Amino acid sequence: MTINTNPFIVPLADIPLFDYPEFFAKVNELMADEGCHCVTYHAVPLGAALRFFCCIATDHKKDFVLLSHEQAAPPIPVLDSLTVSHPSFHLYEREISELYGVEFTGHPWLKPVRLHNQEAGSRKQKAESGIIHPAFRIPYPFFSIEGEGIHEVGVGPIHAGIIEPGYFRFSCNGEKVLHLEIQLGFQHRGMEALFLEKNTGIQRAVLAESIAGDTAAGHSLTHAQLLETLAGITPVKALQIERIIALELERIAVHIGDTAALCTDIGYQFGQVVNEALRTIVINTTQSWCGNRFGKGLVRTGGSHYPLGGGFIKLLLLNLKEVEERYLQITHEMFTNPSVLSRFEGIGKVSARQAGMIGAVGMAARSSGVKRDIRWSHPFQAFTDIVYEPVTLHQGDVWARAMLRKQEVEKSILLIRDLLTGKDFEREPARPVYELNLRPSSFALSLAEGWRGEIMHSAVTDPHGKIIHYKIKDPSFHNWMALALAVRNQEISDFPLCNKSYNLSYCGHDL
Amino acid sequence: MALSIIRIFRRHGRQYVKDLRKSFIAEGFRGRPVISSDITPDEEKSAVNVCPVGAIISGPFTLDLGRCEFCMECSFASAGKIRFTNDHRLATNNRENLIIKAGEDIPITIDQAKVRKEIRSYFGHALKLRQVSAGGDNSAEMELNAAGNVNFDMGRYGIEFVASPRHADGIVLTGPISGNMAEALQICYDAIPTPKIVVLAGTAAISGGIFENSRQTNRNFPETFRPDLYVPGNPPHPLTFINGILDLTGRK
Repeated sequence: MTINTNPFIVPLADIPLFDYPEFFAKVNELMADEGCHCVTYHAVPLGAALRFFCCIATDHKKDFVLLSHEQAAPPIPVLDSLTVSHPSFHLYEREISELYGVEFTGHPWLKPVRLHNQEAGSRKQKAESGIIHPAFRIPYPFFSIEGEGIHEVGVGPIHAGIIEPGYFRFSCNGEKVLHLEIQLGFQHRGMEALFLEKNTGIQRAVLAESIAGDTAAGHSLTHAQLLETLAGITPVKALQIERIIALELERIAVHIGDTAALCTDIGYQFGQVVNEALRTIVINTTQSWCGNRFGKGLVRTGGSHYPLGGGFIKLLLLNLKEVEERYLQITHEMFTNPSVLSRFEGIGKVSARQAGMIGAVGMAARSSGVKRDIRWSHPFQAFTDIVYEPVTLHQGDVWARAMLRKQEVEKSILLIRDLLTGKDFEREPARPVYELNLRPSSFALSLAEGWRGEIMHSAVTDPHGKIIHYKIKDPSFHNWMALALAVRNQEISDFPLCNKSYNLSYCGHDL
Repeated sequence: MALSIIRIFRRHGRQYVKDLRKSFIAEGFRGRPVISSDITPDEEKSAVNVCPVGAIISGPFTLDLGRCEFCMECSFASAGKIRFTNDHRLATNNRENLIIKAGEDIPITIDQAKVRKEIRSYFGHALKLRQVSAGGDNSAEMELNAAGNVNFDMGRYGIEFVASPRHADGIVLTGPISGNMAEALQICYDAIPTPKIVVLAGTAAISGGIFENSRQTNRNFPETFRPDLYVPGNPPHPLTFINGILDLTGRK
């Protein structure tokens, strides 16, 4: 079935249910179109069966195709792997396999996603599927290359700086990286289960902004619009605009912070300190708005505790003007500095073909020439009234990812300015609504374009309107593979720079 | 080029906070809460009900900053009888000091008698810390990074984050401690030479916060090793962290 709104809600009974071979053929047919990407493929235990939902977005036609199949479990379902024809499905299938023990025949890379190295994981496995799949036994099955002069370098899970944990294993020939395998899951907090266990509106709102603290606005916006769709509420225009401003402020702050971090990694201290100071101005502006530098508490269902007022709008515009001028100066200096360019250009290249193959989203896709931006393809909130044209660069290297940030900062500042001009924000302040009556027996899905890329939240309700399944996908879910590809055939010393150029989320991936 | 660099420098100006001890955060920042003494039973009840993490209990009515996610919902639900002031000095070595009681407006401080002697003699002039994120959501981590940036420059006190636990005098933990990080955290702690300090930064680290009771977290570490400093916040502001460390180590 085809849907053309974001977010959307569909009665469970209306979702087409196919036999697996038919489902398999349909997905293959849809995914043959390069303008399509899968936004989610996950399984939900419904009664004695597992229902698999797959949602494919067609970027150019601006709609979604939703399809499903169902398997009795137990016994453990054995299915042909979609990854064989479409590598971007590899994590979806691994995740399903890890959670429910489903066997995907022919899957080339069936490894744990999050539940490794720990008894708790195996116990969960045992409880839910009755068996532990051989692929999920410890120790983690790293890919290894053998040969004369080949050596391995292991880094993590704790890294040198103040950064979240993850394990990187490099297979190198001398200084050259042949392959990087990234093992994640160290940050796994059981987020999706918590969304069911902690079920008041406020608990869920606090959970949503903790999925990835650097994307508090992005995730809480995606969560809020999902619940509003389930409850049949449409937020008023002013509220929609406020949310977009929160989202874009977050993007500006992080992009500027990342510009600073990229300068740090190439030893360009001038760029680092100037950008750091600019980021501080932006996050302090967010704090003036809502009392928190990361915008926690800002986005809530049904209303807001912090409606935009005249005083703050004035401060916001003033600060943005200051930041814009100074950011343009320093980035001009950066991008005309030969020493900077020699460290950025041609480093960590990912081609459009690779980005498409792994299902890269957001910045990782756009910096490799893949035009993929939910603000453009599946507009949400106030974006439905705007024509947003995404920034797309074809180079695919560190330079492109730095330049993309610069251009997106400029664009977001312009966007906020446009949104605030000629709008009347004086209104009855609508307080958040936490007691929501959700539509029963439904499937809902919500997408938003956070600063890293597409954020997906999805929920299924039971016949009483209670959420029985909550699924979250951070853009980093796909994009970590882009980092692994970026460092191939690079010097191992280029890894930190490549890593910074993506700045992916560990907790967002591990949930 | 040289001219444009001068122009940028001039515009950049002086960014560092001159006096980290005396500076304050603007009004509106969610800092130390104060509970009005005339809070009614109804207001108490709605505050208790609204709190997402059970930080507020009645009989007697208290708010535990070690569990608080600083979402402010209790303030909205109690008609402002619970008010979050802009006082950012929230760090203490005594868990009890984080319990805010109705009608009290007392700054949160270090319990001098409880500070281990070696902390001041060993770390009173310089302190190197190893940060471990164990399920942290990256906001506390970013604020700890910011503590060393061009604005806050905690390095001026000889306080820095270092790469190796072998070079460190203590551990700063963020996050509720995911089960998958429990072992790595322990290995890192063991690798730090004694004497060493343990700092819990952020609500998630202090109590688990919203992640309390998740089956995927493991709270053995803070139960085994007595923390030397609790730094509440979601996330803790750089000034909260820096002042907490300075107070603990007996700096002016």
